[in-house]
Amino acid sequence: MDRGLDSDIETIRALVRRSANELIRVPGAAVPGVLAPTIFFLGLTAVFGSLTLLPGFTTDSYASFMIPVSMLQGAGFTGAAMGVNLARDIELGLFDRFLASPAPRWVLLTGLVISAAIRSIIPSTAVFVIALAVGAHFPGPLGLLIAYVCVMGTATIAACWSAIIALKFKTQSASPLMQTVMLAAVLCTTAYAPQELLTGWLATVAEYNPFTQVVDATRQGFVGGVSWDGTWPAIVVILALTALLGAFALRGMRRTAY
Amino acid sequence: MRTFAVVVELGRRSVRQTFRRPQLMAPLLIIPTLLLAVQSAGAGRAVDLPGFPPVESFFDFLLAGAMVQAALLAGNSGGIAMAIDIEMGFTDRLLAAPIPRFAIVAGRLAGTAAVGAVIAVWFLAIGVVFGATIEEGVLGALVMIVLVMLAALAFGTLGAALALRTGSASVVQGTFPLVFVILFLSTAFFPDDLLLEPAQTIAQVNPLSFVVTAVRDPVISEWSMGELAAGLAATLLIGAVGLWLCSAALKRRLRMG
Repeated sequence: MDRGLDSDIETIRALVRRSANELIRVPGAAVPGVLAPTIFFLGLTAVFGSLTLLPGFTTDSYASFMIPVSMLQGAGFTGAAMGVNLARDIELGLFDRFLASPAPRWVLLTGLVISAAIRSIIPSTAVFVIALAVGAHFPGPLGLLIAYVCVMGTATIAACWSAIIALKFKTQSASPLMQTVMLAAVLCTTAYAPQELLTGWLATVAEYNPFTQVVDATRQGFVGGVSWDGTWPAIVVILALTALLGAFALRGMRRTAY
Repeated sequence: MRTFAVVVELGRRSVRQTFRRPQLMAPLLIIPTLLLAVQSAGAGRAVDLPGFPPVESFFDFLLAGAMVQAALLAGNSGGIAMAIDIEMGFTDRLLAAPIPRFAIVAGRLAGTAAVGAVIAVWFLAIGVVFGATIEEGVLGALVMIVLVMLAALAFGTLGAALALRTGSASVVQGTFPLVFVILFLSTAFFPDDLLLEPAQTIAQVNPLSFVVTAVRDPVISEWSMGELAAGLAATLLIGAVGLWLCSAALKRRLRMG
């Protein structure tokens, strides 16, 4: 194998290890990312659970309907947390040292993004286990696999978006922008009810919001059968948004002077 | 008179601080507005459920919930700002100054109440723009503003108590998710008859439910003195507990040095 590529892969692995070390040394760092989606899942299920009584609702278990949204929300928050960590590294001057190293910019970005994708498994698994405990349906092995692909894809998109913001503003104070946009992207979909039952502006926005495809693909195993037709649009959305936002993040990184 | 001037000045500083720091202001308006927009359209058909109270739209029903949610967040945000003052040594300087100690807390709470009024006006404006009808008219809107302001002040006492007790902004910030736990276990987003257990039982005794119902009453129905009195009593209860905790925390802080 090419020695350059070997060293790039080793750098990516080092960045992923660094991210894992943060969790091993400060396990409490994972708690906020787990807590928020769990609270939202339990709260929204208790509050809006009666919506399943509406004619046309696709399942009789609101926990099953809501769990994919909470898993994706956890992934979004994890990706945003990566952006906050990047902003912290920029504030402390550590990122300048990364930029001054011989590692290419895309390697640095890839390391950060893969870290976020792997870390997103923690909150989504926690909320998934809690959901099963309160009566959500088990999606089957294939449904679960698709759900985790969507979760990691969402974390990747969130990490790219947060990297753009962190590189633009260079401060942790920009974190609400990272989190709120991801929250809005996931909620302005069929998060609360099936498309046919949405009202007003959300009915239109959800129809065109690409994240609706991701939410629906994640949900399919929980509320019905898994199909290729219900899966491929989400894969296209994840790949397209990762390519687009990744390109912007890379541009931001190239423009960052050290 | 001099004490009043100190409270006003500290209150003004508190308001300026909130508006100058986007990280303090953003959660107060953006998150409740986003949830109001998404939930009112996402669960808009809820009004067709049997047992849902007669309302023009789900947006009308949710408006009060969004206001009280923002007031709760304002209380939390005021606590974070107070903890930052403690961490930076500003509170120590105030404690050494020849001003009554209670003015330090009162100044912060005055600022939180003013932010509460801003929040109420913001959501009323959104409500009017997006078609909510305030059944009780201008007087009803004014009562809503006063109620939200008092609610922010009451929640602010809890945030201030936590700040005085811990002196740590990150600890106060860590209670942020609790705001949502309290909200979900109240009638802020849905009528109690339609909540699932155990949320239904808890919501029936949660003081926040009484506050939300009092704020909601002028929007969705004719005036009810009973609802208003219950809302004011709940606000008073929360404020009294918060002030007692503030007093205990301040005394402890002074004793510990």
